Amino acid sequence: MNMNLLFVALIPLMGAALTAWVSRFGRMGSAWTAGGVTLLALLCLLPSAAAPFDGEVIVQRWPWIPGAGLDLAFRLDGLGLLFALMILGIGLLVILYARYYLSEHDCMGRFYAYLLLFMGSMLGIVLAENLILLLIFWEMTSLSSFLLISYWRGREDARTGARMALTVTGLGGLAMLGGFLLLGEIAGSYDLSVILTMGDVIRAHPLYTPMLVLILLGAFTKSAQFPFHFWLPHAMAAPTPVSAYLHSATLVKAGVFLLARLFPVLSGTPEWSWLVGGAGLTTLLIGAWFALFKHDLKGLLAYSTISHLGLITLLFGIGTPLAAVAGVFHIINHATFKASLFMAAGIIDHECGTRDMRRVNGLWRFMPYTGTLAMVAAASMAGVPLFNGFLSKEMFFAETATFFEEHAWGWLLALAVVIAGMLAVAYSLRFIHDVFFNGEPVDLPRTPHEPPFWMKAPVAVLVAICLLVGTLPAYTVAPLLQAASAGVLQAPLPGYDLAIWHGLGLPVLMSILALTGGLLIYAARRPLFALAARLEGRLDARAIYDWALGRTLDFAGAVTRRLDTGSLQRMLLFFMLSALTLGAIGFIGGGSSLTGPRVLLPVDGVSILIALVLVAVAIGTLILHRQRLTALIVMGALGLLIALIFVKFSAPDLALTQLTVEVVTIVLLLLALYFLPQQSPAESSRARRIRDLGVATLAGGGTAALTWAILSRPFDSISGYFLANSVPGGGGANVVNVILVDFRGFDTLGEITVLALAGLGIYAMLRELRLPGPTHDDAGRPWNWDAHPTIMAALARLLLPLALLVSVFIFLRGHNLPGGGFIAGLVTAVALIMQYLTNGVEWTHRRLSHDLHPLIGWGLLIGTLTGLASLIFGYPFLTSTFTHVHWPVVGEFELASAIAFDLGVYLVVVGATLLILVHLGLMHGASHPKQGIQQESR
Amino acid sequence: MEVLMSLIVGVLTACGVYLTLRGRTFTMVLGLTFLSYAVNLFLFATGRLVVGQPPVIAAQMAGYTDPLPQALVLTAIVISFAMTAFIVMLALKAYAELGNDQVDGRAGQGGEP
Repeated sequence: MNMNLLFVALIPLMGAALTAWVSRFGRMGSAWTAGGVTLLALLCLLPSAAAPFDGEVIVQRWPWIPGAGLDLAFRLDGLGLLFALMILGIGLLVILYARYYLSEHDCMGRFYAYLLLFMGSMLGIVLAENLILLLIFWEMTSLSSFLLISYWRGREDARTGARMALTVTGLGGLAMLGGFLLLGEIAGSYDLSVILTMGDVIRAHPLYTPMLVLILLGAFTKSAQFPFHFWLPHAMAAPTPVSAYLHSATLVKAGVFLLARLFPVLSGTPEWSWLVGGAGLTTLLIGAWFALFKHDLKGLLAYSTISHLGLITLLFGIGTPLAAVAGVFHIINHATFKASLFMAAGIIDHECGTRDMRRVNGLWRFMPYTGTLAMVAAASMAGVPLFNGFLSKEMFFAETATFFEEHAWGWLLALAVVIAGMLAVAYSLRFIHDVFFNGEPVDLPRTPHEPPFWMKAPVAVLVAICLLVGTLPAYTVAPLLQAASAGVLQAPLPGYDLAIWHGLGLPVLMSILALTGGLLIYAARRPLFALAARLEGRLDARAIYDWALGRTLDFAGAVTRRLDTGSLQRMLLFFMLSALTLGAIGFIGGGSSLTGPRVLLPVDGVSILIALVLVAVAIGTLILHRQRLTALIVMGALGLLIALIFVKFSAPDLALTQLTVEVVTIVLLLLALYFLPQQSPAESSRARRIRDLGVATLAGGGTAALTWAILSRPFDSISGYFLANSVPGGGGANVVNVILVDFRGFDTLGEITVLALAGLGIYAMLRELRLPGPTHDDAGRPWNWDAHPTIMAALARLLLPLALLVSVFIFLRGHNLPGGGFIAGLVTAVALIMQYLTNGVEWTHRRLSHDLHPLIGWGLLIGTLTGLASLIFGYPFLTSTFTHVHWPVVGEFELASAIAFDLGVYLVVVGATLLILVHLGLMHGASHPKQGIQQESR
Repeated sequence: MEVLMSLIVGVLTACGVYLTLRGRTFTMVLGLTFLSYAVNLFLFATGRLVVGQPPVIAAQMAGYTDPLPQALVLTAIVISFAMTAFIVMLALKAYAELGNDQVDGRAGQGGEP
């Protein structure tokens, strides 16, 4: 099956890692890699690129989580193709441009890695067939654009701008998730090919309006529509190549892409027209107004981007098929001229050291080529005939003119649109006049000159496209526009004409009005600037954002301070009380009796005795808990008694495990106690002790009642399967062990991983940790006057081979009789620790490698490889197999592949246990350097 | 017999809860150990109490106890050891850095929140 669309999205994502890695071999390497990766993705797209022109839709899917209706499904239609080409094409130009833009101090690898990450996410959005998949890529663009905007992370404004963009688009993404879930529920599928055919059902559904509002929130925040437009100008703190990429063809276009994508499903209702049209019109006007008065070159472009996004949104809001075609056309045109303008602004900034239009004047003398390119692009932005912006603007005017003729209040829209057109002409004019003419440069940090050829080349390519599309639309953009519009509408295309001259009519009149009006506004700009300066700071959406953010943080802080006073005891008390309350509610509301009908076991004297001893020991520990050593020793008896319980109730494996773990735990606690105070001070008040005792009694009573309720009830278990299949399927008679290494082997793999992580975490904590241990006890006697008693040491050495033999025995028989990797590992660990304890760390280290990390690593590796081996043979992960071999002397011996897995378990258990105890012991040695030397000399 | 088992789980839980509510790290570790004993026994008890029928397949056996809770508890025992060890080391580290073993690291405070 063809999967090239998946790779189109994946190649940049994987290329990001490659680029970051390559950058260690030189700065240019990452630029070349990024370019190569982008070209590769483009090549990957090409085999499918012809299909959309014939009206075909390519869908490629790969099941991912079928239960949740989630497939890795990608689709390519005209709309997707148009966006993919823009993302990759402009991406290539930006990569070339950035190579010259970034300075020596900027890390190229990081820049290009982020850029590719963003590119891949963006491609994912436009090629996704599944809504949930689309949303995942959508969120990835939010995250990667955050990284790009904050690329200069040392700068305060970059961090603020990035955070603001992430907050706003992230909130929108959350709303969109809700909208998509509603849409998926309404349509019964998350696949676009299903959803796009169900427009009538969806529009008639009672949940249509909330769903629409939620999805629009996502689209509007991303595309910087009023009132969410404020993040975009702050995102200008990004390096200019990023702005050129994000704000022309990609990030902000994701919102309008979504409007276009869901156009056949969502449009055609009054809600759609009012919400989308209203937001678009407001944004169009506000953006155009502010753009005129920005002194920062990029600020002007930012607001003009907002305004043009408003224009596109308004076109989709009008909702006629022709308007949608115009919207798609303007998406193409805006991407080309805005990307080239941003790049030109970057060149100017790069060459002059500032972007302030009050200082950057008269550059024509210094950079005529850049000036010419910028002029063409700006003319296109203004909508001057013969440039591509004119064509789509003309279609836009035609649509509003039609609206004007068909609706009573339509003239208001036409008027507003003409005013916006005038403002667009005025700010485009300002961009050119202020920068390239209008007197001499004022106090520039650098002397401007033409940039290197390859920095201008991307601008020239884009400007050439503007010109070609503007003069020869039928031979250049027409097929792509047709395919993309067909992708948007999912219906036969309306007739339209890409000619430059449509004859006299209202649209032409509007164009002429906009051009002359714009000239007049610019000529009379002085009073307008004064007005704008007076209005500065009013109507500032950012202030509202800051206020809302501040209040949210205050609220969160207040809640946290109320709940968390910095006292663990208080938190634990809350936790216990909540658990008790929940348990009590469940019990009272349950309605069934506490005691069930199960036939109970008779009680015998030994059991009563053991239970009584156990209770006495537990309570004894409680009473003695302030004498820590005594309490610990008393508690040691507990583990042994619990092991007896396991023996009694048919659990030999558990008994063995409990016994060995108990030994290790007590040794561990003893070692730790050496460094800690030997006694706990009496610090709780009497009332507090009584309160805690009350809570403890309630908790104990609750668990006792719960245990009783369970034990006295009959039950159904799934274990029949395990018991029946243990020997024939798993090749072992010890069902517990077969469950561990075979039936539930994946769980065990996870558990030994936890063990390994705990061991490594402890190792990390103990490194560099220095704790002085006491040299004398409370009575003034030296702590260890004979650290290594000779008889005990000799005995322990003798015992070692025996203990290891036992552990091998337990390991080998584990599959059929009580035993196995866990227990054998613990036995080995105990045997080795005994050597450490009796003979000292130095003595043992001379005979035994103390590098225990490889042991853990090998264990995990063996466990995982055993699992993977079964994958190679076509079975599920960790399926085991077994055979019987005849060994001389030993006789018939069963060999199961599970034994290899158990070996992995064994190694991890030995490694982790020893790692923990040996390093604690080493700290012990380090606290007594003198004894260490004595030991050496012995 | 079931009464005895319930009593044991209850007493272990009660001791564990009381000890974890104390203000010193070592005592708290003891409390957590108690709680893990209680939880392991409780999990084990969900397979009900059966005498003399270990889940090791053999010809002459009349029946077997439920092996699944045993497999779960076996790994739980080992993991509780790892977690106990981790918390103990955390306690040591806190003692080294803060100079006291009060759970919130507040020296000389009576443990009263």
